[in-house]
Amino acid sequence: MKLRTVFAAAMAMTLAAGAALAQAKDHIKIGFVYVGPVGDFGWTHEHDQGRKAIEAALGDKVETTYVENVREGPDAERVITQMARSGMDLIFTTSFGYMDQTIKVAKRFPDVKFEHATGYKRAHNVATYSARFYEGRHVIGLIAGHMTRTNTIGYIASFPIPEVVRGINAAYLAAKSVNPDVKFKIVWVSTWFDPAKEADAANALIEQGADVIMQHTDSPAAMTIAEETWKSPDGRKVYAFGQASDMKEFGPNARLSSIIDNWAPYYIERAKAVLDGTWESKDTWGGIREGMTKIGEFSDKIPEEVRKQAQAAADAIAAGTLHPFTGPINKQDGTPWLKEGETADDATLLGMNFYVEGIEGQLPQ
Amino acid sequence: MDLSALDPVALIASLIVAATPLVLAGIGELVVEKSGVLNLGVEGMMIVGAIAGFAAAVGTGNPFLGLVTAAAAGMLLALVFGLLTQFLLANQVATGLALTMVGLGLAALIGQPYAGIKPPGSPRLDIPHVSDLPVVGPLLFSHDAMVYVALALVIATWLFLGRSRAGLVLRAVGENHDAAHSLGYPVVRIRLYAIAFGGACAGLGGAYLSLIRVPQWTEGMTAGAGWIALALVVFASWKPWRVLFGALLFGGITTLQLNTQALNINPAIPAGALLLAAGLIWLVASLSASRAAGSPLVMLLTGAVVLAFGLIYPRMQIGSAWLSMAPYLVTILVLVLISSDRTRAALSAPHSLGRLFHPSS
Repeated sequence: MKLRTVFAAAMAMTLAAGAALAQAKDHIKIGFVYVGPVGDFGWTHEHDQGRKAIEAALGDKVETTYVENVREGPDAERVITQMARSGMDLIFTTSFGYMDQTIKVAKRFPDVKFEHATGYKRAHNVATYSARFYEGRHVIGLIAGHMTRTNTIGYIASFPIPEVVRGINAAYLAAKSVNPDVKFKIVWVSTWFDPAKEADAANALIEQGADVIMQHTDSPAAMTIAEETWKSPDGRKVYAFGQASDMKEFGPNARLSSIIDNWAPYYIERAKAVLDGTWESKDTWGGIREGMTKIGEFSDKIPEEVRKQAQAAADAIAAGTLHPFTGPINKQDGTPWLKEGETADDATLLGMNFYVEGIEGQLPQ
Repeated sequence: MDLSALDPVALIASLIVAATPLVLAGIGELVVEKSGVLNLGVEGMMIVGAIAGFAAAVGTGNPFLGLVTAAAAGMLLALVFGLLTQFLLANQVATGLALTMVGLGLAALIGQPYAGIKPPGSPRLDIPHVSDLPVVGPLLFSHDAMVYVALALVIATWLFLGRSRAGLVLRAVGENHDAAHSLGYPVVRIRLYAIAFGGACAGLGGAYLSLIRVPQWTEGMTAGAGWIALALVVFASWKPWRVLFGALLFGGITTLQLNTQALNINPAIPAGALLLAAGLIWLVASLSASRAAGSPLVMLLTGAVVLAFGLIYPRMQIGSAWLSMAPYLVTILVLVLISSDRTRAALSAPHSLGRLFHPSS
């Protein structure tokens, strides 16, 4: 008993000393694990822009490397372990599906700092970060509700995780608020990146009458398919929104606006924190106000007053006077969720696993 | 239930588009494996074909030149494999896997300047009046040219392997290369032809993705289609027509599921109906040719069961993780069936598949 107390005390002292010793460093190595290729012109592309921003800002104090196309699951654990072993000081794992692997590897490498994107599990050396994409979804949802002529909006969804469900709900509520007849058709493709499948999904949605396409997948395939409809003479012109990247070059006619992820400021801040020795585990969830979620330039195909309304909504969200989830809102089955004027708290948003009232179809489990 | 939005003609047309790259890559790999060579680099050759075709089409403004370049690029990469495995006697499995990795990396490198560029449009078949016919027009006469090329390749391969002397020699090389060698056939040269053909087909399949189906260049855009094509050859038990059927099945499962999700109905409903219709046509064809009607009956019954299941649970959605697994599960099932019964030996793999050959041994 006594011995154990002494041992524990000794351990605690060592740990405290270790923490105090976490001093400033003059050179660090930073690793990035990507779910897609850096050339996907979507999700991974923007993370890589963040990586380049670190190099540009901190110069030769940092050295960065990345591994792309890492599958979620066991393969990720191997890659993250290898990175930790090769002397990285800071490792960014940039997909939701790396969550358990990041936590597992972090346990074995207590001196390495980990940053996991879009997850909710933290440890003393694992921080989490994400952007409030749903704020952007609200803005483009407003535009979509105005722009659809068939009152059918197609939505290409990846996996039924809270982040994606939240995006669907936010976009639907916004579209519905300006167009009571609007309907969402949702297709789950079970992948973040598969251009052929994303293109097929876009085609299926267009086939079913959707004339505005939203997506929560990483490639610009859906944008390309929407742009194709502008070539044919039959007059069915389909709109789409850029996702993660601006994607303007893929849809000069079809693109209405975009939600752009802007990781650079956060990445630079965190790299600096490791250099200074001030890094600590925390959760960051920045939105339009913090500049993590950016709304891409509005296309001039959007009528002037709609552009103004969308810009006003973005400004109000940034100012904190508008919350995309403000009651009264019922869940899909009709049970009340938010009362009149009530706004959703972050905990519910982070665990969102239900559709709001009015969305048709079943949320896959 | 609102089935009015389900347009079976459009659905089948999109099944055909989804199946075409698989048919192309699959038929090429079938010929390679028939000659006794296992080339696991299909994915790599496809993606190199995708970018080479894209680059050439953008550069010249001519989609036809793009397709030719894609075939040439696929062939070139395949010949590297041929050189390594046929002359330097490298292990085929390892070399094939390496080919996939090289292909993916090479394509990403070549593709850097091509992101965000639009390729020239590919012409569709448009026969005056015929293409405008209801149902038959969109179903048979208004696809892009590559759909017909793929179909023609299947027919040509079937005729070549089953009806021609050269095809017989190729199969002999695949079954027993020592025997074929002792009869004086140039085993290595025949295999190189087969490998080159396989590469060209895989390249075309890749270019179909980047020029016609998506149409854009994105890194890693084949996303596993090459592996499906490999599974497809086994599923088809090395028979050309079954490659066509399997490609429709493998490509169709996903397309069907995407469409039924948008409609909010159980994918079993259209799947069952399609199986039922196909079984019926097959049954009538078999009966009129007075052949055994066992297999078509099985298909007919399966279709009926699937359709009944769909009608009982009209809103159920099958998780797409299961559907992604489906091609591989079905392939394993076919492998088990083939190997469980000696009388089915005729269905199984070419006997010399994957074995090294050297004239001196």
